[in-house]
Amino acid sequence: MDIDKLKEKVIALVPEAELEENKQFLTFYIPAAKAHEFALRLRNDEDLAFDYLFCLTGVDMPKFLTVVYHLTSTRHDHSIVIKVKTENRETPVVDTVCDIWRTAEFLEREVYDLLGIRFSNHPDMRRIFLDESWVGYPLRKDYTDEVNIIEL
Amino acid sequence: MKDKDFRDNETLETFNPGSENFLLTTIDDIIDWGRSNSIWPLTFATSCCGIEMMATGAPRHDFARFGIEVYRASPRQADVIVVAGTVVNKMAPVLKRLYDQMSEPKYVIAMGACAVSGGPFFYNTYHVIRGVDHVIPVDVYIPGCPPRPEALLYGVMQLQRKIKLATITEAKKIGIR
Amino acid sequence: MKEVIHTPVQHVEEEEYNINMGPQHPSTHGVLRLLVTLQGEIVAKLQPHCGYIHRGIEKMCEKDTYPQLIHLTDRMDYLSAHINNHAICLLVEDALQIEVPERVKYIRTIIDELTRIQSHQLWWSSFGMDLGGLTCFFYGLRDREKILDIFEESCGSRLLHSYYTPGGLMWDIHPNFQKSVKDFIKYFRKKIKDYERILSGNVIFRERSRGIGVLTKEDAISYGITGPSGRASGFSCDVRKHYPYAMYDKVQFKEVLHTEGDTLQRYLARMEEMYESMKIIEQLIDNIPEGDHQVKMKAVLKLPAGEYYQRVESARGHLGVYCISDGNKTPYRMKFRSPSFVNLSVLDHISRNTKIADLVAIGASLDLVIPDIDR
Repeated sequence: MDIDKLKEKVIALVPEAELEENKQFLTFYIPAAKAHEFALRLRNDEDLAFDYLFCLTGVDMPKFLTVVYHLTSTRHDHSIVIKVKTENRETPVVDTVCDIWRTAEFLEREVYDLLGIRFSNHPDMRRIFLDESWVGYPLRKDYTDEVNIIEL
Repeated sequence: MKDKDFRDNETLETFNPGSENFLLTTIDDIIDWGRSNSIWPLTFATSCCGIEMMATGAPRHDFARFGIEVYRASPRQADVIVVAGTVVNKMAPVLKRLYDQMSEPKYVIAMGACAVSGGPFFYNTYHVIRGVDHVIPVDVYIPGCPPRPEALLYGVMQLQRKIKLATITEAKKIGIR
Repeated sequence: MKEVIHTPVQHVEEEEYNINMGPQHPSTHGVLRLLVTLQGEIVAKLQPHCGYIHRGIEKMCEKDTYPQLIHLTDRMDYLSAHINNHAICLLVEDALQIEVPERVKYIRTIIDELTRIQSHQLWWSSFGMDLGGLTCFFYGLRDREKILDIFEESCGSRLLHSYYTPGGLMWDIHPNFQKSVKDFIKYFRKKIKDYERILSGNVIFRERSRGIGVLTKEDAISYGITGPSGRASGFSCDVRKHYPYAMYDKVQFKEVLHTEGDTLQRYLARMEEMYESMKIIEQLIDNIPEGDHQVKMKAVLKLPAGEYYQRVESARGHLGVYCISDGNKTPYRMKFRSPSFVNLSVLDHISRNTKIADLVAIGASLDLVIPDIDR
């Protein structure tokens, strides 16, 4: 499916999707409330068939926290990038997609560990790299640690 | 390498005991000869230096000819722990526990820049221990990132020299077990 | 005479118990802790605990300039060090729209394939050793030393080279490079037949690996398993074929696909990949064009603001680098999609209801490098 048809289909499914211009892949911001249902449609729809989630990233942008999903379809060979953002920095919560793509189980645990974004309905929401007793989320821009970090 | 050039580390030579009982020095010599020529290490390799340690055991730079015949998986059966690779905050209690479980006499070789002082991970990271000597006492430091197999062999030879200087009476006093 | 007292034999229920494999264990290939729940000898559940070598590389990348962070990517998956460097170089070159000379592309492809062979040789050595065949350790490492000699001559060091830079190579290859590589290929084609005789044809090895740890194609796609482990289940995911870079669109090679997805197929996929790598090198080694080894770059590299994703095929699978830049000389966010981290997530799923001795074989066949998991 080419880029324009893909764009139309996505906007038809979620009218509130915001397109980001001039990116390497077709990129959309999806409101958090519709994210899970939209993700299910992305995988199950015959023309879209996005069955391979190859990268799940958490980003600490200056005004909000974002989760970025890179998806591709093994059948139709097209790719898309979905972003879900949350303004809440104290207790950010996003819907999980690990019931749709099993690879998200570990990737979401990593995002929680390093950025603090919780995923609701995740089977095992625990830290994965750092100790359970670690305080703070290291990859956030406002993370300070006088004990451990030596600045250059 | 000439023996004179090999003995270029003056500090160790000052520990040579002056005058001792003849029988004790002979027994010391025999025990130290036995210990230094059959050092069996513990399997402990965390990252890239572990590959160079495996390459030192490979046919080209075989270290079985130095007495390091096998790697023991259990700390109770090992003599030396070669810390090859970075030690992070989460791994430090594990390393301490392994070191405590080893039985005397035990030695530690810190292999690689990460184990000596944190290496390339010194700045800007929140989880790395800058040098394994914050956790356990180290006998020999081998710099390099990663050190060549020949460097590891030189470090092992230095450790053998250090072991040969140990005596039954003086050992605990001067810090060489 | 004393009376003999009979106590009735009590029927003991088999309970589940947890044992720890690691973090210090000869078979986990690094510091990975596996909390295995066993019922007798059968694995009921497996929880991997990582983080014992988490060095915070992604955080460190936010303070390093682009040429500086190449030395950090070396140390992530140290067995495919050149391929990791290649990913960063391609990212910077694409973002700044720089075209590298043909000579650089040829050399990068040849060195990448040598890295892949060297990584598979080490994998084969440790796989044989885990299953008890210590001979494999010695044979594999002996032959790997020949590739490390080639690297030492041209790139400067045996492991962790940082030889690729954005714009080309650090310095030109040694004049002996072509001859050494051709000699190695001739030598290795004879030796790999020894490998097949020792392990691939060995009846004990076949019994220990056939039908063990089966991964279906749908599971491979859903879990995102790439590399030879995914291709053994039929998931066609070779980045060199689907999104070619360097010289991969101009050479002929086969993407090795099998269907059953058990341990034996993952093993055979890697052995065949070594043959394919040698075929690629043979097509390129005689035709390296003359030219510069580097494009003149600015002293300070600033990527234009935006997001960039670059993928390469490392020895373990799809390695992705996702970079968000805000126009400065250091990246705003650098994320590495490492193949071993994703491949680890399937270990629990495929080792249920196997014996604990098979767990060692399955773990070795997935070819995990632990610093790549933890970054």
